Amino acid sequence: MSLIFAIFLPIIIALVIPFLFKKVSNIHTGWFVLLVPLVLVFFYGTYIPTVMDGNTYIEELSWVPSLDISLVSYIDGLSLLFSLLITGIGALVVLYSIFYLDKEKEKLGNFYVYLLLFMSAMLGVVQSDHLISLYFFWELTSISSFLLIGYWYTKDRSRFGALKSMMITVFGGLMMLGGFVLLGIMGETFSIRELIDQAPILVGHEFFVWALVLVLIGAFTKSAQFPFYIWLPDAMEAPTPVSAYLHSATMVKAGLYLVARFTPIFALSEVWVWLVTGVGLLTLFWGSVFAVKQTDLKAILAFSTVSQLGLIMSLLGIGSISYHVTGTLVTTFTIATFAAIFHLMNHATFKGSLFMIAGIVDHETGTRDIRKLGGLMSLMPISFTIAMIGSFSMAGIPLFNGFLSKEMFLDATLSLQHFNVHSLESWWILFPTVAWIASVFTFVYSLYFVFHTFRGKHKPELLPKKAHEAPWGMLVSPSILAILVIVIFFVPNYFSSLFIKPAVAAIQPLAYQVPADIGFKIKAWHGFDSPALYMTLGVFLIGFILYKTIDKWAPVYERIPAKISLNRFYNGLMNLSDKGANRLSSSYMTGSIRSYLIYMFAALIILLALTMWIKNAFVMDLTNLAPIKFFEVLISLILIISTVTILVTKSRLTAIIALGAVGYTVALFYIIFKAPDLALTQLVIETVSVALFLGAFYHLPKMNKYEKGKEDRRFRLNNFLIALGVGIMVTLIAIASHSQKLVESISGYYKETVYSEAGGGNIVNVILVDYRGFDTLFEIGVLTIASLGIIGMITVQLAKKKGDRKVEDK
Amino acid sequence: MKTNDLIIQTTTKVVFFIIFLFSIHIFFAGHYTPGGGFVGGLVMSSAIVLLMLAFDLKTVQDMLPVNYTVITAIGLIISLLTAAGSIFFNVPFFTHVYDYFNLPLLGETSIHTAMFFDTGVYLVVVGVTMNIIQMIGGDE
Repeated sequence: MSLIFAIFLPIIIALVIPFLFKKVSNIHTGWFVLLVPLVLVFFYGTYIPTVMDGNTYIEELSWVPSLDISLVSYIDGLSLLFSLLITGIGALVVLYSIFYLDKEKEKLGNFYVYLLLFMSAMLGVVQSDHLISLYFFWELTSISSFLLIGYWYTKDRSRFGALKSMMITVFGGLMMLGGFVLLGIMGETFSIRELIDQAPILVGHEFFVWALVLVLIGAFTKSAQFPFYIWLPDAMEAPTPVSAYLHSATMVKAGLYLVARFTPIFALSEVWVWLVTGVGLLTLFWGSVFAVKQTDLKAILAFSTVSQLGLIMSLLGIGSISYHVTGTLVTTFTIATFAAIFHLMNHATFKGSLFMIAGIVDHETGTRDIRKLGGLMSLMPISFTIAMIGSFSMAGIPLFNGFLSKEMFLDATLSLQHFNVHSLESWWILFPTVAWIASVFTFVYSLYFVFHTFRGKHKPELLPKKAHEAPWGMLVSPSILAILVIVIFFVPNYFSSLFIKPAVAAIQPLAYQVPADIGFKIKAWHGFDSPALYMTLGVFLIGFILYKTIDKWAPVYERIPAKISLNRFYNGLMNLSDKGANRLSSSYMTGSIRSYLIYMFAALIILLALTMWIKNAFVMDLTNLAPIKFFEVLISLILIISTVTILVTKSRLTAIIALGAVGYTVALFYIIFKAPDLALTQLVIETVSVALFLGAFYHLPKMNKYEKGKEDRRFRLNNFLIALGVGIMVTLIAIASHSQKLVESISGYYKETVYSEAGGGNIVNVILVDYRGFDTLFEIGVLTIASLGIIGMITVQLAKKKGDRKVEDK
Repeated sequence: MKTNDLIIQTTTKVVFFIIFLFSIHIFFAGHYTPGGGFVGGLVMSSAIVLLMLAFDLKTVQDMLPVNYTVITAIGLIISLLTAAGSIFFNVPFFTHVYDYFNLPLLGETSIHTAMFFDTGVYLVVVGVTMNIIQMIGGDE
């Protein structure tokens, strides 16, 4: 199987899913879908042994050759790890969803199509080596996320959450596109690998910092970093399998992927180091503090995801310091990158299982409100065990993989003391402190999540359903993840050499040529002199005390004024732009065709006059004119008389007929000037349009909008000025174009080629169907749209008149 | 008020077919002499307009029970497919081809893909104009 085909496999399968859902109703559609990630996970699995040794694979497919855009699938340690996460977690999530979503009640066709679309998009993001195709897949993940969040589209909250997530992530995506374009301009290539090679040159470029900031905005919005995180809690309206998959394990990690992937390019700038580390730590702190405030199980997990993403982000930031130091210090900081990838993997395991448990609790009790839950331990023992494993890992308690990476994180923040640049001096202590406080809150909400749900007093009267253990099928996926959580703790170095080291080597190409160069070993015990040990013990102690006294201090959250929240800002902004756009368009869309004609003609006059004035284009040359014949004078007279008749007549019928006369006289002109095609067309068009006018006659508004008076005079004056302007402009252009021939007329070319190349004799028609066939194609397209518009407009009018609303009957 | 339309109605019955045939003629003639799909379509619509003037909308609808929206759509599809067909022969979009064939009855005739495109134009023009006139004229 080719790599590019593998990216598109889910989309291809998605094409047949709706038919399977319709035709094969006795088998849950999910079973068919499950095959896709299973096949892919084994496919990518075959790459592990060679990628471990530092090999990379690349495959290219030209997409838009004229713009040098191609689909490039690049497999190295980093993209392989992500691809395995996407397909592996994907398989577990699909399996889980088979039991979560009812095959009778839910629109599974839609659900799995969106999910497969996402899978393809996400694989595309992590494997693209070409910036533009990376952007394409990036936005595709936003769109599929939008569709999945809004899956239960009849719910207001779902629609709101879907729109919010799309607004914010697409905003970031567009910023990122700007950054990509700047990178493309600087490096004259869109290939990430080639840009990495040029990084030392790029860093001095004036656009460099701009590109850096723009790309980071893209990464921060996607990975729900402060202050863009606000979409993630609202995205929890999605079905739980989606939250587990997109909004915790994969899509939100796309931002982390982006930061990791661009580290070799941007890490040379200190702005990058401080932005990534700072925003990461702030997000970690903010998310963990506010997670404790939440009462919805999934909201707790959403804030915890925000905070954990911040943790990984800050680790990537600290890791990029290795580009600024020399000697043994390089290793000190690359360990942070190692920890980032390690925690990213661990987070996918424990958070995935926790989300699935939240879904199970919701499914089996009917509520996710933690205030109503409690005492489920004896009713749902397996779920409780899994939840405990996940939460303890999240809290960083030994025997679970979270402990290992959490301790490495604390170590990494401490290592900042070795980075002596600028006036950092004693300020470095701020970073470990913030990290430590955030860890305490992480500990608190982890315990809060599991114990407030499963321990305490059971309140069956508050639950919509009678609680019982979930069916085995729903428990399989979280169990697998929970087992992984424990297995990773005991054999971390096995996983490290399989996945983490190749990924770290891809992020830190300067420090490590091949994954085997990384000599670092993960240890659970660092000895008594390790400061991280005491920090961890402190976290457990303070965390436990805070958890026990949670009821005493939690009311503090209520004191935080709601007025200055980011959500309020977002809502205000949306409201404002909505209203503003409305006001703007209703200010000039008056609904009267007279106004629209005035806009159009005024624009015409202004544009033409300006061009003529700026280009100094008016020339009048009266030499070389043909003699005027009697017949021409006669027709001109008729033309003038009928035109004046239109203006002065009081009767509209007369005006229409006079207008027809103008048209027919123009046709006569065409005949004299030997343009039979134009004459024919003009003649028929005139006939048809007079008929049309007569048909519409009855419906036309009054000729004068106003009765006699001041307003009437102004109305007439406006019309007069517009008409005069158009007349003068057209005359000037006609004179000017006759008087100067800047370029040779194209008619010679037509004459020569019309028979030999186009195989026709009538130049006018061959122009229409061949030389400029594109124009004609679009013209008939426009005509069709216009006629459909007229039908719609009149049908609605008719329905309104009749007073019934059955527009569809017509 | 009942008007006496006998003369116009009788003439129309004959004239309609003459105009119709003329429209077909200038459509086919278009590639070498004045005419083409656009004018042909307009002439055809003017023939139908004449019918509408002589009789009334309802009678014309009974005479020609066609849905003009469908005609427009068919025309647009024909044009698009003609233009897009070139893609399958690995030549740029909208490349026309033509050749001369010996057809029974007609003798040596040139067949040109532009003609198919023009057929689409013809149908769209008829469909659109008639649709609009019917909608506006019939709206009471």
